[in-house]
Amino acid sequence: MLLTINGRPHDVHVEPFESLASTLRERLQMLGTKVGCDRGECGTCTVLLDDVPVYSCLVLTRSCEGRRIRTIEGVATANELHPVQRAFVTHDAVQCGYCTPGQVMSAIALLEQHALPSDDEIRRSMSGNLCRCGCYPKIHAAVKSVAAAAVEANDDR
Amino acid sequence: MTLPDVAYHRATSLADACRLGEQLGSEAAFLAGGTELLPDYLRQRESARHLIALDGLSELRGIAEDGDTLVIGGLTSIAEVAGSPLVRSWFPALAEAARAIGSPFIRSRATIGGNFCRAVPCADTPPAAVAAGARVRLVGPLGTRELEAGDFIIGPRQTALVAGEVLTAIAIPRQPAASGGSYQRFARRKGAALAVAAVAARVVMDGPVIGDVRLALGAVAPVPMLAARAAARLRGERPSAGLFALAGDECAGEALPITDVRATAEFRRDLVRVLARRALAQAVQRAEGTA
Ligand SMILES: Cc1cc2nc3c(=O)[nH]c(=O)nc-3n(C[C@H](O)[C@H](O)[C@H](O)COP(=O)(O)OP(=O)(O)OC[C@H]3O[C@@H](n4cnc5c(N)ncnc54)[C@H](O)[C@@H]3O)c2cc1C
Ligand code: FES
Ligand code: FES
Repeated sequence: MLLTINGRPHDVHVEPFESLASTLRERLQMLGTKVGCDRGECGTCTVLLDDVPVYSCLVLTRSCEGRRIRTIEGVATANELHPVQRAFVTHDAVQCGYCTPGQVMSAIALLEQHALPSDDEIRRSMSGNLCRCGCYPKIHAAVKSVAAAAVEANDDR
Repeated sequence: MTLPDVAYHRATSLADACRLGEQLGSEAAFLAGGTELLPDYLRQRESARHLIALDGLSELRGIAEDGDTLVIGGLTSIAEVAGSPLVRSWFPALAEAARAIGSPFIRSRATIGGNFCRAVPCADTPPAAVAAGARVRLVGPLGTRELEAGDFIIGPRQTALVAGEVLTAIAIPRQPAASGGSYQRFARRKGAALAVAAVAARVVMDGPVIGDVRLALGAVAPVPMLAARAAARLRGERPSAGLFALAGDECAGEALPITDVRATAEFRRDLVRVLARRALAQAVQRAEGTA
């Protein structure tokens, strides 16, 4: 079947019962998307499906025909990190890093929908992304800083 | 997760889904959001060899008023139920129950039909729907039929569905005048935690006294259970903290909780006692228009 991932077409053979997380990791060697629990509880496998965050472990690849899939591999350009990635680095919002790709995808989706989310909106909308290392305050600060920077950039214009 | 030997069919219409379902019988499972079904394969609680995906049936998605009924399509996402202004105005407790489910990305994929059809005792929307007197609409080999929500769920993970039957809608009747509802649940955390116990209430006031009450208990019995003794005790009485406490005791007595990984049966009884009190207080407040 044909999948559109990060804007590029991929022709892959998939089993009828195969999760999008498995296809990404095992068939396409796109290992940025992590699998923590494989059952919808942790958020490490978060990707965007038509710009909506989903747990790729709970989505069957078969249902993704004709839809736009965005993964962590597609967020940075050749020589520049995405502002959310940069903020995670600046705020040291990473410890082991296992949850990070999911956190970043989740934050990107939030910021695309609400340019300036409140503290509560950040907490709520990212509540499906667990961090075993407990980096929550730093992750929160990173997401908030991207929102604030975007507003400043807007004001400067 | 990849499983061999499971076939995938995508239904193109309701009739197509029913036909496939009937033809494949107990070998098939309908796939809605998959948030229950996929983890159940992993836990080896599900083994159907054929999946019939329902995501193409857009006619089963959405919430609309139809005279004295609020019709919630079976494939409507839990997120949509939680955020719906219609649900909030018809019976806010149902929106609150939906809002309590899982995490945001679970709610955006999970459907209300899936929440009913898996019939897990701790499911959140069924008790709220039972308190509201909701009915479940089914289409399949038996034609079109409608059951009381409470008669649809017949045991843990057991429903009245026959092979090939699709839940098309949850129908909420217009609520009586001077009525109010509430959904109270206890879980280990606010986000993404299954209910340990829950109580849904709907109270109809008759002047200064309670006219009718429906109290549905969740996660403390094999099915969303109506607490009949507690309701009988409340009818015709003036609302008071003392009365709610008595009713809470009755609910605790009527509940049939089990001990499992989340809590002991005793703790669940204690929770029911407190949650019933809170649910009644809020439902009466809403009925009297003071909340
Ligand atoms: C991390 C996590 C947390 C969760 N937390 C909660 C929680 O707090 N509270 C709660 O209540 N639930 C919770 N759930 C369970 C689940 O998300 C809900 O029950 C959800 O509503 C199921 O809907 P679905 O569309 O995903 O169902 P699916 O998994 O697609 O289907 C579930 C079952 O229903 C059948 N089915 C689905 N739709 C229909 C239909 N229209 N007609 C006939 N049969 C149908 C399927 O064949 C299957 O047997 C959680 C799940 C996860 C993974
Ligand atoms: S791996 Fe998908 S949510 Fe945990
Ligand atoms: S950084 Fe280790 S799990 Fe989040």
